[in-house]
Amino acid sequence: MMITIKYFGLLAEVTGCRSEKMNFSCTTISDLKEILFQKHKVLKNKKFKIAQHNELNTDKTKVTSSEIALLPPFAGG
Amino acid sequence: MKNHKLKNVFREGAITTEFIANSIAKHQVKTSIGAHNIFLGQVRADEINAKKVAAIDYTAHEDMANHKFHEIREAAFLKFDLTCMHIYHSLGMVKSGEICLFVFVSSKRRKEVFPAIEFIVEEIKLKIPVFGKEIFEDQTHQWKVNS
Repeated sequence: MMITIKYFGLLAEVTGCRSEKMNFSCTTISDLKEILFQKHKVLKNKKFKIAQHNELNTDKTKVTSSEIALLPPFAGG
Repeated sequence: MKNHKLKNVFREGAITTEFIANSIAKHQVKTSIGAHNIFLGQVRADEINAKKVAAIDYTAHEDMANHKFHEIREAAFLKFDLTCMHIYHSLGMVKSGEICLFVFVSSKRRKEVFPAIEFIVEEIKLKIPVFGKEIFEDQTHQWKVNS
């Protein structure tokens, strides 16, 4: 399926993109991360969390949304 | 449990003292309230490697953040006996010395509002996907991480 990856903050800066679409047939967040690491090697040494449906996910979470967010460390307040 | 509407917490730029004053004034008609407590987050001019932070440029995953703010509000209403609660967070540029977070809780009695404000602010720091680009006086930058 086509999914949209959204990059926030520092991650948008280092990948040079805020949002990109890609065809994705893997099942888990862990699979997705591997693909993203190949595409954007710079992500490998960055700290980030992944969210879909407005919730944070673990590596084992299944990808069920067509929109995935990559979130660097939070700095609110 | 009270069912509150999802609100947009974000405001463009700094939260002004006028906005805060107006917020307080609006509560004068709510005469069952006996205690307010306010937290104001201010952008600090940190000095890092001899360079001073002049401003923070805030961005957020707005949809997720508003959902998380809503969850924090609901949790606080369950945990504490509050009459009302308001949370505002800045997006975009906020200069050092300006306010970027405004949390305002009200209750009949003071004992509720002290732990409530601490709970809400700590939850915000932990759970809200807001990102801060610290802009130095020489226009270079680094990304802020909550400690």
